[in-house]
Amino acid sequence: MAGKRLGRETVFLANPPAIVGAATVAGPMEGKGPLGEYFDVVTEDTLLGEKTWEKAEVKMLQEAVELAMKKAEVQTGDIDFFLAGDLLNQIIASNFVARKISRPYLGLYGACSTLAEALAVGAMLIDGGFARYVLAGTSSHHDTAERQFRYPTEFGVQRPPTSTWTVTGAGAFVLAEGGHGPLITHVTVGKVVDMGQKDPNDMGSAMAPAAAETIWQHLQDTGRRATDYDLIVTGDLGRVGKPITEVLLKKAGYDLSPVYNDCGIMIYDPNQDTHAGGSGTACSALVFGGYVLKEILAGRYRRVLLVATGALYSPTSAQQGESIPGIAHAVAIEAADVVDIP
Amino acid sequence: MEANERQKQAYKALIKTRTPPRPILRNAWRAFLVGGLFSLLGEGFMNLYTGVFHLEVKEAGPLTSATMIFLGAFLTAIGIYDKIGQWGGMGAALPITGFANSIVSPAMEFKREGLVLGVSAKMFTIAGPVIVYASLTSVIVAAVKLLLKGG
Repeated sequence: MAGKRLGRETVFLANPPAIVGAATVAGPMEGKGPLGEYFDVVTEDTLLGEKTWEKAEVKMLQEAVELAMKKAEVQTGDIDFFLAGDLLNQIIASNFVARKISRPYLGLYGACSTLAEALAVGAMLIDGGFARYVLAGTSSHHDTAERQFRYPTEFGVQRPPTSTWTVTGAGAFVLAEGGHGPLITHVTVGKVVDMGQKDPNDMGSAMAPAAAETIWQHLQDTGRRATDYDLIVTGDLGRVGKPITEVLLKKAGYDLSPVYNDCGIMIYDPNQDTHAGGSGTACSALVFGGYVLKEILAGRYRRVLLVATGALYSPTSAQQGESIPGIAHAVAIEAADVVDIP
Repeated sequence: MEANERQKQAYKALIKTRTPPRPILRNAWRAFLVGGLFSLLGEGFMNLYTGVFHLEVKEAGPLTSATMIFLGAFLTAIGIYDKIGQWGGMGAALPITGFANSIVSPAMEFKREGLVLGVSAKMFTIAGPVIVYASLTSVIVAAVKLLLKGG
């Protein structure tokens, strides 16, 4: 067992599972963003012919999951575990997709860090020999999130400059034992970090310490430098959280700037008036599944550290005066030819 | 990990230097413009009702309010008021049109959860506190008036 642990909190996957299929379904606004051409499907509107936003989100995740399995050339029956999560109460988008898929299902909640959580758990399941195929999926929807966490969508309230825009979309990934595709080599599961930030309109600074902590832990455990990666990409820290993370890590002796970016900043154009950038479970799913994976396959990136970040925000606890805890999980992905498979 | 008080303060100081400030001057100017426009429009209706329709000021007042409430509700229903709110801030929230928006928007949003548990139950989630404290204030002011001036 000890053979698979590296340092204090990192897991080294001796039999690294491959991402053999990935699919992204993006909303219209995300489609108009700078990464629009990377997404497999861009929907025309945010309702997708459904009666409710929630049903639309389910449909997006369903579509992503089906497309990912199709690309991986696997049938639903091949899936040993379905791991999914979203932002809705009782993670309903994932539950309803799981109802349809009807395979062993673990529902996950890590707020916007869920993608990395699903990839981490899935990779360990495969490396441990408990599964041959794992299907991981996450979704979020601007309007379902707004009405649940904030205000009705038509309410005329002014969003402050620190606020982010929840990404509408879904991403799904098929992980396989010994398949062809980018490999998941390391997993650093994050700790909950709470620096006392209470502003629900500023998730970036609530999550930045967790992101910095996980990146620091990962680099410590692996003995790597930041520049050993071609890209270190956080989930949805946005224009507020990203510079804070850089400052925190610089203080700890790591300079991220040459390789560091954030999905929340990458997904929208500054002209799209999202303020601090994108957020949501689908933010890292779209950028990772659409852009990063395709660029790994194209040879542009050979080693990437995905650090999906989550603000464990609840309107209930926030109204009761609690601060917003943050979490971040790191997953290292490498082009298949980089890894020395023992 | 839960930070101690000293760490929290240090972090607070760090994020203060890193977060973009609210553009107060721009917000104030836009609020003035949007709020002023709504008021001007209300004033226009007031003049219309008194001047053209020859109503008393006492009658034209509530009619003007009703017109503005309709306007706020209408702009909400066609999906414009949230954009006015984002641009105009308090200038869109404070006038009676904003009050209409605060009731119509949750009513629209929760239509899918049904007429009872959705629309009617959620209708006052935003406006509720305003109504509660406005009623309470009016009772207190009336009581003070009664005590000072007598019936």
